[in-house]
Order: sequence, then structure tokens, then C-alpha cells
Amino acid sequence: MPQAASAEVAAAVADAHRREWAFVLAATVRVAEDIDAAEEAVQDAYAKALATWGGNGIPQNPGAWLTVTARRRALDLRRRAATAERALPKLLVPGESGGAEETGSDEGGIPDDRLRLIFTCCHPALAFEARVALTLRLLCGLSTAEVARAFLVPEATMAARITRVKKKIAAANIPYRVPAASELDERLDGVLAVVYLVYTTGHTSPSGADLMRRDLAERGLELARMLHVLLPGNTDVAGLLALVLLTEARTGARLDGHRDIVLLENQDRSKWDRQAIEEGLALLREALAARPPGRFALMAAIAAVHDESGSWADTDWDEILGLYHLLMERWPSPVVRLNRAIALGFAAGPAEGLAELDALGAEPQLARYPYLAAARGDFLVRLGRAGEAQVAFGEALILAGNEVEQQFLRSRLAGLAKGLPGQR
Amino acid sequence: MSKYLILIYQDEAVARQADGESISASYQEFQQRRGSSLLGGAALHPSSTATSLRRDGSGGFTVTDGPFVESKETLGGYYMIEAADLDEALEIAREVPAGVGVEVWPVRVAN
Repeated sequence: MPQAASAEVAAAVADAHRREWAFVLAATVRVAEDIDAAEEAVQDAYAKALATWGGNGIPQNPGAWLTVTARRRALDLRRRAATAERALPKLLVPGESGGAEETGSDEGGIPDDRLRLIFTCCHPALAFEARVALTLRLLCGLSTAEVARAFLVPEATMAARITRVKKKIAAANIPYRVPAASELDERLDGVLAVVYLVYTTGHTSPSGADLMRRDLAERGLELARMLHVLLPGNTDVAGLLALVLLTEARTGARLDGHRDIVLLENQDRSKWDRQAIEEGLALLREALAARPPGRFALMAAIAAVHDESGSWADTDWDEILGLYHLLMERWPSPVVRLNRAIALGFAAGPAEGLAELDALGAEPQLARYPYLAAARGDFLVRLGRAGEAQVAFGEALILAGNEVEQQFLRSRLAGLAKGLPGQR
Repeated sequence: MSKYLILIYQDEAVARQADGESISASYQEFQQRRGSSLLGGAALHPSSTATSLRRDGSGGFTVTDGPFVESKETLGGYYMIEAADLDEALEIAREVPAGVGVEVWPVRVAN
């Protein structure tokens, strides 16, 4: 192999980190039979790549090179632990997967264990926030500091959380295995919920200075893509990936030049990513083949109505309202009811929407949810009830945690104070 | 194989009623079906018959009537089981005909 310049090597290693981390780690966990030891071995392999690819050249298949190197290192670590008679808690690696096919071996004969890794990270016996943290750490290769930043908690807190969850996996003997076919659907729901949370946290950050956390949104998209590769033909996975793509397609139009929010109503639709929309629509057709359609497929179908509409005025609100009715049957949650009320407001008129929103006022799950008050404010403005709208936007401002959303609400309040009820 | 302790919780009122009764048919059936995984187990008298000994910090104990934590759900019994992994343990635990539910605790193995 020819020698490579150091910048080229650094770029190749960074690229392999992004693309291959989950594959390399998943394959190494099987050999190490211990998550911590596997992580150490994989980190060593990436360090070795950085040190040696310059002199030896960048390998044809970086993923295979890294996996072979990491597995060799993991065996070394095991031998050393054995001679030191340190009894490591062993991660249980059952020989065969229970149900779903393992997706063969695309890296020089090494089995693809990424499904095992994600099902272990998202095991229902682990706390939900721990599943999310572990997935970002082990599947996406984020450092503990990066995971901590993503959820705006101190690094020490996140480190303790990750240590605790790894201890539980070892102590409770959570197996490194793809669930049996009979439990696959139920267990997959838990995995999809984690991926969806990663994406939505990135799409609209619950707090902080930025509206979006692009790093997290991209990781969410990558995880959804990975699942689609690993479980081809699964309609729930196709539905989630469609939803993410059809939502992600509008990213470029969500902020104006001053980094202020542009509502869907006012977005420049030429800035939407047509390629992502086309890809999302194709996946949506695949996802809608399931009867009855799943939760994510229905949400993706709603996003698709907006994406396919040439303008705000052309939006087919009756279609959207019908899809929300179906979603309520499939996934009856207060947030879905809130969104259905908004759709009703646009389909039947703001008075109808407002009445439905008011009926949600007593819903405890929405008590601290800023979008209920903001939606009420918007319908009140449309009804010319500026004074009540001010109260509603004021309430939303208190509840909103994201600074860009706070700024948006302040500007709407300022517009109302100036007697410009229509301004948004 | 790993060992797990299954703690069986039931409603305190139900527990009092059942006090002194022989083992129910549903438990008998469970024990027959899962006999090969069961290492031991027992049903307990109601929590009102339990006694707590809490260390008082000066070498002795404070003796109190009842369990450490009083709650509507009370410990009614336990099984010690052996299972390949947590998934199998949870599968067995699901079949315990517990009134309220069960907790599954991995048992520490001495090095």
C-alpha cells in the first residue's frame, strides 16, 4: 500500500470512526465478552490506525482492518486479565441469534453484530435515559463528554450513568443477542423509541441556546438508516426512517438569516431538500404496506402531506386531520391529541381548534408543554382575541426551554403589544 | 447460568386474607411447570408478623414491629431460580401468579 499524507490519514480515520465504529465495536464485543474491554480495544485500534496508516498506507477496507486489529487487541486484554486472575464479569454471547437473521458478513467474513449491540443497549430492563446514553456511546461512538453535552448534564453525571448501566448489563446477565422472532416486534418498539428520541432531541432541542442540535439529528438519521439496512423489509423501521427524512428535509428553511424561527406557514419551500423528500416518500410507501399502518408510518404520512404541498394555502388539512384520527387510534397520547386539535383548527376553523385545545387544558402530561399554550395563542390571534393571546403566549414563554423559541414568542408578544394581531 | 431472586409482591389486604391457607393451585401449577429452574422458595406470613432489626450505630439494634418499608404492596414470598440470562429469568418471572407483580434481582456470585 502506498504511503499517505497525515491529513489524508486523519480524514480516513475520522471517516472510519463515523462509518465503522458500531460495526467494529459490535464485532469486538463478541470476542471480548465485555463491553468496557471491547471499547478499550476499539479505541486502541483507531489510535493504531492513526499511527500506522501514514507509513503503511490506508487499507482497502478500513472497517475490516480496524475490526481485525481491535479483536486481536481484545484477545490480548483477555489473556492479560486471565494471567492477572482478575475475574471479569463476562457478557453472555449466545451462539445463535434467536430470531431475526443476522445480516451476514460484509467485512471480510466477520459477522455483523450491530443488531445484537443495539438490542442490548435498548434492553427494556434498562432505564430509558440509560438506553439513549448507551446507544449514543456504543452505536454512534460519541465520547461520554459528547453524550453529556447532548443532554446538557455534567460529564461526571453522564459517566456515572453509563457506568451504572454497564454494571447492570453484567450483573443481571443481559445477553448479547437479537431477540427471538416472537419478541422481536415488542423489543424493536423500544429500539425505535430510542432512535426517535435521539432525532427529536436534535430536531428541536428542549433547552439551550440553539433551536436544533444538528449533531444529534444526524446521529438519529444515521441510526434509523442503520436499522433499515439491518432489518430490511421491516415496515416499522421503514416508517421511522421515512418520518426522519420527511422531517429532516425541511431543516434548511426553519431559520431565517437572523437565526429566528420561520413557521411552516412562512417557509421558503424551495429550500426544502427534494432528494430527502423523494427518498422519504418511497420509504413511506413501503411502510404503509403494513395493516394497520404503524405509528411512525402515520406520522411520516402527515409529514409527507406538508412536504408534497406546493404552498401553505394548498395544504390538504382534511387529509392531515384524517391521518391524526388514525394516529389517535394507534397511539393515543395527549401530544397527538394536541396536534390533531391544531389540524382541526386549520381544517374547520380556529374556533373549533381552540375549543379542542381548551379541552386539553386539564391534561397533566401537557401541563408543562409550551406548545399547547403557543397553539392557543395562535388560534386566539386568528380569532382577533389579542388580549387572551398575550396571556397564552406569556404562558408559553415561561414554559419554553429553548432560547430561540423564547425569542420567537417574545417577538409575537411584541407584535401583539403594537396592535398588530396578524404579525408572526 | 445465573441465579436470580424473584420477590413476589401482593396486596397487603389479600395477604392477610390468605394467611394460613395452603399453596394455591396456580402456584402449584407454576412450580410444576418451572420446577427445573427453581432452586428454592417460600410463601411468607403477612408483613404485620415481620420484625425489623435496624442497627442503632452503637453496636446494638432497634427492634420494630413490621418491615422496613410499610406499603400497600407487601412481600408475599420468593423464589430462587437459575436461568441462562435475564431474558429467561424475566420469562419465568412473568409466569409467577403474583397479585401485584414481582421483582427480579440478580444474585451475586462470590469470586
